[in-house]
Amino acid sequence: MTAMTHLIAAPILLPLLTAAIMLMLGEKHRPLKAKINLFSSLLGLVISLLLLQWTQTTGVPGSIGVYLPGNWQVPFGIVLVVDRLSALMLVLTGIIGVSALLFAMARWDGAGSSFHALFQIQLMGLYGAFLTADLFNLFVFFEVLLAASYGLLLHGSGRARVSSGLHYISINLLASSLFLIGAALIYGVTGTLNMADLAMKIPLVPEADRGLLHAGAAILAVAFLAKAGMWPLNFWLVPAYSSASAPVAAMFAIMTKVGVYTLLRLWTLLFSGQAGASAYFGGDWLIYGGMATMLCAGVAIIAAQRLERMASLSILVSAGILLSAVGFAQPNLIGAALFYLVSSTLALSALFLLAELIERSRTAIEVPLEDENELLPRPQQWLPPVKGINLDDDQKAVVGQVIPWTMAFLGLSFIACALLIVGMPPLSGFIGKLSLIGALLNPLGLGAGEPISMAAWGLLALLILTGLGSLMAFSRLGIQRFWSPEERPSPVLRKLECTPIFLLLGLSIALTFKAEPLLRYTQAAADALNNPQQYVMAVLGTRAVPGPEAKAALLEVQP
Amino acid sequence: MEEVIAIAIGVLAASGVWLILRPRTFQVVMGLCLLSYGVNLFIFSMGSLFIGKEPIIKDGVPQDLLNYTDPLPQALVLTAIVISFAMTALFLVVLLASRGLTGTDHVDGREPRE
Repeated sequence: MTAMTHLIAAPILLPLLTAAIMLMLGEKHRPLKAKINLFSSLLGLVISLLLLQWTQTTGVPGSIGVYLPGNWQVPFGIVLVVDRLSALMLVLTGIIGVSALLFAMARWDGAGSSFHALFQIQLMGLYGAFLTADLFNLFVFFEVLLAASYGLLLHGSGRARVSSGLHYISINLLASSLFLIGAALIYGVTGTLNMADLAMKIPLVPEADRGLLHAGAAILAVAFLAKAGMWPLNFWLVPAYSSASAPVAAMFAIMTKVGVYTLLRLWTLLFSGQAGASAYFGGDWLIYGGMATMLCAGVAIIAAQRLERMASLSILVSAGILLSAVGFAQPNLIGAALFYLVSSTLALSALFLLAELIERSRTAIEVPLEDENELLPRPQQWLPPVKGINLDDDQKAVVGQVIPWTMAFLGLSFIACALLIVGMPPLSGFIGKLSLIGALLNPLGLGAGEPISMAAWGLLALLILTGLGSLMAFSRLGIQRFWSPEERPSPVLRKLECTPIFLLLGLSIALTFKAEPLLRYTQAAADALNNPQQYVMAVLGTRAVPGPEAKAALLEVQP
Repeated sequence: MEEVIAIAIGVLAASGVWLILRPRTFQVVMGLCLLSYGVNLFIFSMGSLFIGKEPIIKDGVPQDLLNYTDPLPQALVLTAIVISFAMTALFLVVLLASRGLTGTDHVDGREPRE
């Protein structure tokens, strides 16, 4: 075991330690806590980047690093595994964590004393869920991240948050119960919870028990699909995400991706092409469920009037695209979907941050009502023209006015976000969607001449239609917020609030130019997922480090 | 014995689901509690049910699953109990906050219109 292997545990231990320090510091010392939190989050990001770098250079087939925290032989003890897919998710979590934190440090972290501790625990749960390699620890890390998310969702309090928090918590408690039932059923049939071991045992399950195994897997999948936001399990998502405070909502942008990640990981391992009678079990459910999600969210987004709501619905659209693309079990499609995942997650969390700033300019002069989310915005008063905006020649023209830099910043960021989410050229959202469509049209790679299935045509049509729906919704909202003549003071922005948006959008734009390396990386990750043998071999082949006594015994034997 | 356990789990889960679908927050809490009891019993029973097997290692008994009960589901149940207990406590706090803010114990935060 080298030092790098030990580093696999660091993304979990670091936030845990930091959260403990936060709790010791008590309710005061907010600036100090913010500094420690930022330092720890940055360190977590650096560690994730190191792990990502390391997976590229290990030389193990599939670039897999395995760590045994308790030093127990593999199927019995806890295992942490980092491969290309989990390293990518770790880095994404780190980036979003740092951005959300920077935004929160401007204002939001003052709304409650436990923000920083909860934030670190949330990071720990996310990192843990991406690293763990057995089903029960996955449950534990899910609970850790959910427990922190309950607290974070309620951060800032208020009627809308508590009310949607109540629904969010009860749905997730129910989903956790389903998770346990599914895990217990799978354990009952196979006698193991280690994912690699499960991949070995599932083809050997006797025919009489196969129904029970499939029932267990389906119940487990319901729990993950509820988190990933598949229709009809996603009604909790929009109210919860759109009432959460901006930095928290930005963090939550990656939470549905945890569901997608888990499904991808478990499905490709447990029900891969080598799983015998269970091969690709439930794939059609993912394909059509994902499409139903896209359709419903795509229609709802046209009706949405508030930017937070639109952002939440865009999360659902992207979740639908990802689920449906995963269901095809086609390596080049999964590679494209992973690229789309990175690009859309960055853009969506930027949009959540941006939404607060844009809506702040709206509510600067009007006192926000308690139940504001149920009201439609006031109709625009076109006639007669608002005072101060003149259409006749006698008074000075509007064109000469200087645009305040805040409005320029918000407007440009909004356009960038919209382009990224809709998938219009020239930004990376377009590259993501283009590679998805390319993979759908060429199932076996370019020029193979494979016939295209009906499901693939359906997904292709929905990809374009939801893009069109989002484009309409975003342009309407942009016109309302930025072009319509209204007498509003331009909002007061703080430097710390603009930095994370700049950072996230800058990264997305950089992805446009550096798309090829990332696409190559996601393709390699998808190929490794398509070949679960490598994962199984790497995990089951890892030996525990012999203790001092065993080492001494070994030395005695060797003269 | 299997029948008794199966009926018990079924009754707990059914009452739990029914209560979760009720409109009052306290009923939802009770429902979640009952459901988690059902789930805990279920996990426990997935390790197969036996009478008279040793739960803890004893001298002179060969150490294999023929002579001992499966320890893993018991460990899992322990974790699941702790987690569901903590989550229920947290849910109670949110319930009280919601009651205080909205003035009603309806799950939607307002009484349904007649």
